[in-house]
Amino acid sequence: MPLRWDEFIVTGDPFILAAQISIALTSIIAVVALTYFKKWKMLWTDWITTVDHKKIGIMYIACALLMLFRGGVDAMMMRTQLAAPELDFLSSQHYNEIFTTHGTIMIIFMAMPFLIGLMNVVVPLQIGARDLAFPFLNNLSFWTFFFGMALFNISFVIGGSPSAGWTSYFPLASNDFSPGVGQNYYALGIQLSGIGTLATGINFIVTILRMRTKGMSLMKMPMFTWTVFITSLIIVLAFPVLTVALAMMTFDLLFGTHFFTLQGEGLDMLWANLFWIWGHPEVYIVALPAFGIFSEIISTFARKKLFGYNAMVASIVVISGLSFLVWVHHFFTMGNSAAVNSFFSITTMAISVPTGVKIFNWLFTLHKGKIRFTTPMLWSLGFIPNFVIGGVTGVMLAMAAADYQYHNTYFLVSHFHYVLIAATVFACFAGLIYWYPKMFGHRMNERIGKWVFWIFMIGFNVCFFPQYFLGLDGMPRRIYTYLEGDGWFSLNLISTLGAFMMAAAFALFVYNIYYSWRYEKRDTTGDPWDGRTLEWATSSAIPPHYNFAHQPEVVERDAFWDMKEKGIDLNASTDYQKIHMPNHTWLGPVMAFFMFAASFALVFSWWIPAILSGVAIFVCMIIRSFDYNDGYYVSVEEIEETERKAKEA
Amino acid sequence: MPSSIFKWISLAMVAVFLSGCGSLTVLDPQGPVAEQQSSLIWLSIWFMIFIVLVVFVLLTIMLVKYRDRGNNDNYDPSIEGSHKLEFIWTIIPIVIVTILSIPTVITIYSLEEAPEIEEVDAQQEPLVIHATSANWKWIFSYPEEGIETINYINIPVDRPVLFKLTSADSMASFWVPQLGGQKYSMSGMETELFLAATEVGQYEGRNANFTGEGFAEQRFTVNAQTDEAFNEWVEDTQENAPSLSEDEYVHLMVPGHAEEMTFSSTHLEFVNHAYDATYSLEKRAELGYEAHSPHSREGKAFDLPILSQPINTDKTYEVELDDE
Repeated sequence: MPLRWDEFIVTGDPFILAAQISIALTSIIAVVALTYFKKWKMLWTDWITTVDHKKIGIMYIACALLMLFRGGVDAMMMRTQLAAPELDFLSSQHYNEIFTTHGTIMIIFMAMPFLIGLMNVVVPLQIGARDLAFPFLNNLSFWTFFFGMALFNISFVIGGSPSAGWTSYFPLASNDFSPGVGQNYYALGIQLSGIGTLATGINFIVTILRMRTKGMSLMKMPMFTWTVFITSLIIVLAFPVLTVALAMMTFDLLFGTHFFTLQGEGLDMLWANLFWIWGHPEVYIVALPAFGIFSEIISTFARKKLFGYNAMVASIVVISGLSFLVWVHHFFTMGNSAAVNSFFSITTMAISVPTGVKIFNWLFTLHKGKIRFTTPMLWSLGFIPNFVIGGVTGVMLAMAAADYQYHNTYFLVSHFHYVLIAATVFACFAGLIYWYPKMFGHRMNERIGKWVFWIFMIGFNVCFFPQYFLGLDGMPRRIYTYLEGDGWFSLNLISTLGAFMMAAAFALFVYNIYYSWRYEKRDTTGDPWDGRTLEWATSSAIPPHYNFAHQPEVVERDAFWDMKEKGIDLNASTDYQKIHMPNHTWLGPVMAFFMFAASFALVFSWWIPAILSGVAIFVCMIIRSFDYNDGYYVSVEEIEETERKAKEA
Repeated sequence: MPSSIFKWISLAMVAVFLSGCGSLTVLDPQGPVAEQQSSLIWLSIWFMIFIVLVVFVLLTIMLVKYRDRGNNDNYDPSIEGSHKLEFIWTIIPIVIVTILSIPTVITIYSLEEAPEIEEVDAQQEPLVIHATSANWKWIFSYPEEGIETINYINIPVDRPVLFKLTSADSMASFWVPQLGGQKYSMSGMETELFLAATEVGQYEGRNANFTGEGFAEQRFTVNAQTDEAFNEWVEDTQENAPSLSEDEYVHLMVPGHAEEMTFSSTHLEFVNHAYDATYSLEKRAELGYEAHSPHSREGKAFDLPILSQPINTDKTYEVELDDE
């Protein structure tokens, strides 16, 4: 159906109008500020074209925080609508759009980029490397993610958001039942950022296998690096499934194929299977790095080695294997045979075994330790009880015969929020606060940080614990309203109050970023937490762009702790050698921009701009393949100068 | 102190949990299917409370005992692990999972069979009802009785009911929590679900799987009646209700809600959606219905021709997003 120009911009909803105005104002302010302070050149050379893994990581985290805000606003609107029976705060269609974007944004554009950002900042430092194996690819990955995010997010002001749920089950997601451009945004926005994620997975596998510093054997790697390695393997195995599924969806939506539709003997359950063959490993893509972050933090602040390192490695390997064998538990109610449901019940419950091993190993890392309750540690300790509640309800859901009663209810909603918030979100906060001084040269304020933790943690439980009972009381997920006679009012009201506590905690967290930047003492040591791993061994608080003037040599696990015990000062020698580093690139952002342009044109079926942008992408690829520029050397003088300044500070 | 707060929270949670469960729909079964499921759920709840308490207590002990006091006598940074302990906490979850797997698998198999009803001596043949979801209503056909209802069903108590589920369009999920768990209805195929009620009463049923704009109101009522009352209703319907013509039936294929309706013939005479996945799309098109983007300015309202019984036009495909 041809697009009508007067329908290009979404109109008629006061919230969307407010969002449109605020987006316009923010953009104008940003442009004016950049021009006034003459920061355009700085933005281009220091950030947009950078290949420095630390800066790319910071950009990922900044985007993820923005998306946490966006997804959080969606959540607050949903919780407001559900606070009492038969409210008219949101219409059904608007509610459907909001829960769809909430889910998609929180998983794809918040949780993953947040963790990928932390991986980017930390992993090369932890393994004593100077950058990722493919710095150009890293820049390109970030920009495809960024533009995928941008594409998905503009849907609600231009053309209309998708509204078939983040799972977008067919046939509901087909043109017959979800007319308009919303689903096109879903397919193309996720596809674009998925390309970046896949490339990131490859990048980290090669980096961790090939770029470790001298002496760091696989079994001496820090636990976070281990989890990133296994996560990257899952990404490389799982994301191609999503890529193919989304491509088939795009063909159904734009070119009239019938892979999943009602017509042409399309198979709606084929979509569900493909989606969850990616979607379940995806859960572990966002959970395993979280486990790694908690391992680092618990070990640091208990001032002990991680208990049972070998078992921890073994359990993440087993979890990653099992994660590919459980996808059917997302639709036990599809009418599978009893044998199929039994098989997937048992494989799903089996995941609790390696996960339980990890929980007890963390608990025993605390045993005979000297525990300091810093904010990163509070988030990590808060993770354990909350995650266990999410975990045991996961086992309950795994029992297929009982799942027929939990499926599609608030019991499930509560379960996955307990798992994803207690593991992933807590880990994002914990990791960001923990590594904050490595990124910005000062800690976040601990007093405000503790308030944030307690308000968020209590609000989280107030919000989600009642939802288990709502589920058992028969409240299905995704309904935009309910009747007074259903008897769900009081628990929903409590849940909404909890949600607003979480929002307040987030606001306080953002304030803490500002407060800490203004008032917090600058870190001069580079090791503010008395750390154990190599990222704390750099010569200054914020590592120089080449990370280490001398690449460290590793003897033991917890390499930096070992050096401190033996009195080795990595930065004592001033005998420097020139360092080979990669160049900045304009090609990454430009190529990703053309991918964005092509995708945006496809959303509206504008074939000619789409084809032209596609050609431009290929031109960029050709330019890249004839690019013989292979980096530059940092001179000894520059290293001497940088290191001298670091020592003076 | 963080540790004491954890303990307090955990105790409060258990208290709330146990006090609130009795009145919850899913744990208030009114038939043998829901009964099996709720006892399985209770079994798992006890195990889970045990596991949660073990972890909470252990965490509390660790945090109290090993917090930094300046000079911890018991501080021992040399510990790397313990094969004995790790073996124990690998074996225990394996045992728990095994213990839970056995009743799970038994129940999964048992739910595929017609439920046995303890109260009666002679088990009756299941009553067959075809349940068809169509955005956003439920269509029920009793092929043996030759009657059809919209958005409600009457069933006799103490007799198993075999639901044959299919869908005219979106994938829905047929769920009556007090009688038993749900199953998907999908167009172009048929899934089967056994349920039974042992108590006379009215039970809420609904679609539990998101199907778009009218999903929240896609509900129906189950009236469990005595044998006599049920048979009387069947006879009354066969004699007095209007029959359902295809011309009328196709109006149900248009997205919208419907009032409760009763007919003395079934739509299975002209279509079974389990074998004809595109019927509803074709009939909609014939009626002149077109799907428009919810953000489009035109075509929101679609005038439905009048049926012999009312379709609730207040709740049809009419949304005023733009015009206020």
